[in-house]
Amino acid sequence: MLNSSRPMLLLSGLDRHGKTFLLVLATLAILVLLLNTAVPASSVLHLSTYTVGLLGKYMCYAMLAMAVDLIWGYCGILSLGHSAFFALGGYAMGMYLMREIGTRGVYGDPVLPDFMVFLNWKTLPWYWHGFNMFWFAASMVMIVPGLLALVFGWLAFRSRVTGVYLSIITQALTYALMLAFFRNDMGFGGNNGFTDFKDILGFDLTRDATHLTLFLITAVALGLAYVVCSYIVSSRAGRVIKAIRDAESRARFIGFRVESYKLWVFVFSAVLAGIAGSLYVPQVGIINPSEFQPVNSIEVVIWVAVGGRGTLYGAVVGALLVNLAQTYFTSAFPELWLYALGAMFVLVTLFLPKGVMGLAAQLKRRPQRPAAGVA
Amino acid sequence: MNMRSSLQRLSGRSRSAKPPRPLVIAPEDVLAAGPDASHGVILYLEEITVSFDGFKALNDLTLYVQAGELRCIIGPNGAGKTTMMDVITGKTRPDGGSAWFGQSIDLLAHTEPEIAQAGIGRKFQKPTVFEHHSVFENLELAMAGDKAVWLALVARLTGEQRDHLDNVLEVIGLSARRFERAGALSHGQKQWLEIGMLLMQDPRLLLVDEPVAGMTPQETERTAELLLSLAGKHSVVVVEHDMNFVRSIARTVTVLHEGHVLAEGTMDEVQANQKVVEVYLGE
Repeated sequence: MLNSSRPMLLLSGLDRHGKTFLLVLATLAILVLLLNTAVPASSVLHLSTYTVGLLGKYMCYAMLAMAVDLIWGYCGILSLGHSAFFALGGYAMGMYLMREIGTRGVYGDPVLPDFMVFLNWKTLPWYWHGFNMFWFAASMVMIVPGLLALVFGWLAFRSRVTGVYLSIITQALTYALMLAFFRNDMGFGGNNGFTDFKDILGFDLTRDATHLTLFLITAVALGLAYVVCSYIVSSRAGRVIKAIRDAESRARFIGFRVESYKLWVFVFSAVLAGIAGSLYVPQVGIINPSEFQPVNSIEVVIWVAVGGRGTLYGAVVGALLVNLAQTYFTSAFPELWLYALGAMFVLVTLFLPKGVMGLAAQLKRRPQRPAAGVA
Repeated sequence: MNMRSSLQRLSGRSRSAKPPRPLVIAPEDVLAAGPDASHGVILYLEEITVSFDGFKALNDLTLYVQAGELRCIIGPNGAGKTTMMDVITGKTRPDGGSAWFGQSIDLLAHTEPEIAQAGIGRKFQKPTVFEHHSVFENLELAMAGDKAVWLALVARLTGEQRDHLDNVLEVIGLSARRFERAGALSHGQKQWLEIGMLLMQDPRLLLVDEPVAGMTPQETERTAELLLSLAGKHSVVVVEHDMNFVRSIARTVTVLHEGHVLAEGTMDEVQANQKVVEVYLGE
C-alpha cells in the first residue's frame, strides 16, 4: 500500500478476501472453459452450454447485487429500484441487437425492427438512431442508467429524502418505468420487448462458442467490477460513505457535502447495474418490461441480505446462493419458491444480520474463544 | 468588503451600543479565508428569534463571543441552548435576527458543510463518532481540507497530516487506542474523540454541547483540562448542566431562559443575580 506505483494503485484496495475472490472467480472461469470445450459431451463431467449460460446469468446478477451492496450495504441507502437500471442497460444492449438483425427479421426490413413494421411505423424513432453502432449502444448502456440516477438522486438527496421514503420512491420509479415500457407507442416493443436476436458484433448468438465467450467476458467484467468497487470502498471516499451510513449529520458537520457523496455512489452503482444488464441480455436472449417489476429489485436486496451486506464478496455469494436455490426450487417445487424466498429473508433478518458471510466469519472465530477464556 | 463595512460605520448606521459588523453577504472566497475577528469578536448573534409551531425556542437572543474566549452557557431545559447551536451551525434557519461569524461570514447564508469548512466545529450532546471506523480513521475523516468526492477517491495522508493526527491523538489521550473501533471506546473516550475530531477541523470556534454528561469525576476533570487548554487558540462555547464543572472552567457565564439572555458575567456575579436564582439556581 505504501508507495504503490500508478498501475498498482487500483489494486491497493484488495484485501485478503478480495484476492481469494478473484482467484476463485478465475478458477471457476477456467474450469467452465475446460469442462465445456475439452471434455467430450458424452462424459458426466461435461458442462452443457445451457449451464454455461445459466452461470453467465448468475454472474450478471452478482454484479447487480454488488451495485446494490455499494449503495445499501456501504452507504445505507436502501434502493428498491435497482432493477430499473439493470433493465435500462439491458434495453440499450437489446436495441443494438435488434438493429443487428437487419433483413433477417420476419418482415425483412433493413432498418425497422419487426415490431415497428408490425405496428405500421414508417420511420425509425429518433432515439433509435445510433444503436446500429456497437460503441454507441455500449456507451448508452452506461449513460442512460447513469443519467437517470443523476437526475433522480439529485432531486431526492437534495431534498434530504432518506430511509423508507427513499425506498418507496425508488419502487415507484421502477414501477413507473415498467408501465411506460409496456406501452407499444413507447417504441420499445411493448410487453413483448426484444427477442429473436441473431448476432452480436457479427458473432452468431446461436453458436456455443459465442455463449462461452460471453460467459468469459462476464466473468472478467465481474472481476473488474470487484476490483473497482473494492478500491472505492477502501479509499477515503469509501470511509466517508460508510461514515454517512453510520452518522449522517456528523459527516455533515465535519464538512462533507453528504448529498454529493450519496449522488456519486448512486450514479456509479446505477452504471454498474446497467453494465450487468447489458451482459445479461445477449446471454438470456430476451428483454421485456417484466425486468422492471418492483419485486425484482426487492429480490436483489434479499440476495445482498442473505450474502451479507457491507462485504462485496457477500453480495456475490448471496446472489449465487439464492439463484441456485431458485433454479432448484422452481423445478422441484415450483409453487413453494416464493414462500422459500420470503422465509429466507425473514430468517436472515432475524438470525443472520451479517448474512451467510457474517456467519462464516463467526464460525471461524469461535474455536479461538474458549482458548482465550482458559488463558 | 471591509472598506464597505468601515464606511457604514463611519456613516453612523451601525448602532454604537453593539460591536460593529458589516451588512453585506459574504462571497465564496470570504468563506475560504475564514472569519475576520479583527474587532475581537468571533461570533455575533443579534435579535435571533426561532419559533416552532408558535413556541418561541429563541426569543430576541443577542449574544457576542470574543475571540479566544471560553464561554459557558447554562440554563434550564428548553431555554434554547441547543436551538442556538442549531442556528449557528446552519441546521435551523431563524425567523428573524442575524448571525455572523467574525465580521465577514453571514452564517444565515450558508449550509452546514460550508459553515463547518469556514471554521465552526460542533460537538453534539450525545457523543456521535463513526462507530464502525477506527479512532484514527475518525480523526482522518474530520481533518480540515477540501472534501470533494474525487479528491477523497485518491487521497493519501501526507507526513505533515500524519503528524497533526498524532498530535491530536496525544491531546485527547487516545494514542494507544488509535487502531481500535470507535464503537469500542468508553463513553468518556468517545466524547474526547469527538473533541479531537473538532480539533482536526482546525476550527476557530468550538461549540461543545454537554461534554461531561455521563462522565466519571476523573473523566470530568480531564475534560476540564482539555477544554481549558483549547481556549486562547480557539474560541470555545460550552453548554453544560453540571454546575461544578462550569465553575471549574468558566470565566464568563451566560444564562439563557426561555430563549433569551437572562444574565451574563462571572460565575459569582451570575449566582448572585436574583433573577437567575429564581429561575434556575434556586431550584
